[in-house]
Amino acid sequence: MALSRDEIREGLSDILEEVAGVNPDDVADGKSFTDDLDVDSLAMVEVVVAAEEKFGVKIPDDEVANLKTVGDAVSYIEKG
Amino acid sequence: MTEVVVTGLGATTPLGGDVASTWEALVAGRSGVHLLQHEWAQELPCRIAAELAVEPSEVLPRVRLRRLDRSEQIALVAAQQAWDDAGLTDDLDKERLGVVFGSGIGGALTLLAQDDILEESGARKVSPFTVPMLMPNGPAAVVGLEFGAKAGVHAPTSACATSAEAISWAADMIRAGRADAVVAGGAEAVIGGLPMAGFSSMKAMSTRNDDPERASRPWDRDRDGFVMGEGAGALVLERRDHAEARGAKIYAVVAGSGLTSDGYDIVQPDPECRGGGRAMRAAIKQAGIDPKEIGHVNAHATSTPVGDMAEVKGIKREVGDHVVLTATKSMTGHLLGGAGAVESIAAILAITEGVIPPTINLENPDPALDLDVAANEARKVELKAALNTAFGFGGHNAALLFTKP
Repeated sequence: MALSRDEIREGLSDILEEVAGVNPDDVADGKSFTDDLDVDSLAMVEVVVAAEEKFGVKIPDDEVANLKTVGDAVSYIEKG
Repeated sequence: MTEVVVTGLGATTPLGGDVASTWEALVAGRSGVHLLQHEWAQELPCRIAAELAVEPSEVLPRVRLRRLDRSEQIALVAAQQAWDDAGLTDDLDKERLGVVFGSGIGGALTLLAQDDILEESGARKVSPFTVPMLMPNGPAAVVGLEFGAKAGVHAPTSACATSAEAISWAADMIRAGRADAVVAGGAEAVIGGLPMAGFSSMKAMSTRNDDPERASRPWDRDRDGFVMGEGAGALVLERRDHAEARGAKIYAVVAGSGLTSDGYDIVQPDPECRGGGRAMRAAIKQAGIDPKEIGHVNAHATSTPVGDMAEVKGIKREVGDHVVLTATKSMTGHLLGGAGAVESIAAILAITEGVIPPTINLENPDPALDLDVAANEARKVELKAALNTAFGFGGHNAALLFTKP
């Protein structure tokens, strides 16, 4: 069964906390990884690799640049 | 000549997580060496080492830790202590702040761990922080970033002479007018299978696995090699008038330093300590003092058969036979790139506290030892000046002369 957006966001939030120390309370669809959550480009590489593993999706490098907000990432993972 | 003074000290060592606890253990003559319980250590010829007394994870936040090699973590811990001890704040002109911080080996354990990940899981799983974690200038860069140093961040690497060389460079940087204050020191954290196997293959390490606390025994007849330790030391050096203008406490003057090279062998010490002796002479000459005023040498003395006695010859020739020696490594093990800084701190505190920490395990002195050593018990003595020496594979020699302010 496909995961709901809330489940994906929660999983993503766990990853963000683990690799970048982001407070789960700050994670919301409208939040920008770089501007709001202080996830820099190196940390983003770790987030992507962890998300691929957790959700069983492929996130190509040229796609990562389009994932500016938490909502972008949730939508991409939702599509599978 | 511009006078350079020491205004801040920081350290994390096998004896304690800061300068005060390390000094207390040094004076008490406690060993930081123990038998390694790690699985990776069990088949090694040498299974003893001096691991940190306080894990960096007890001091630094979790996410910070995962992006730093252990050598960078402890560099940061020691440098922050020195910064705070010096009473420095962001009011300092950062364009006049420098950093000289070294590591002998750098992030070797990160390199090995990430290579395992590469082999097992593929390139995509390799941490994006791998390069900044393994580069030998990592500790310097991390410390420089922490304080926003903009006068230059430098990373000497000269094996076991590294952090003594760093202090010398830092003093030169201030004397050359390039900085008002410099955070200087070194860090090393390579207690792991490959580095220990490598040193063991050279027959450089003690194999006294059944008696860890008595394994590091500089100048003792039964010494059989060094014991590896891990740790970091940091000093804040300042131009004297800069320190005085802000009312800083002054521990000591960096009165002179000498850096030379042996031109002799990649790993064997010159048995006459000619290069080491020239470094001592250069430090004394720069300080412009009579060698008789030097009451104490915190010696490099690693507990290896050749090096320990060669150094004694050099000290006797260049400083004289009146000095009292000690070997910090009898308690901390050999901190490699961190040794020069931690031992300089010990030499400085010997001056300020009037106490020379003991050399433990000196039960049967080598018959060729003809200088006075603070053997097995701390020695109370008034000191005007103390010398620290550090020598590294590659034939690097450093000598630092500290005097009472």
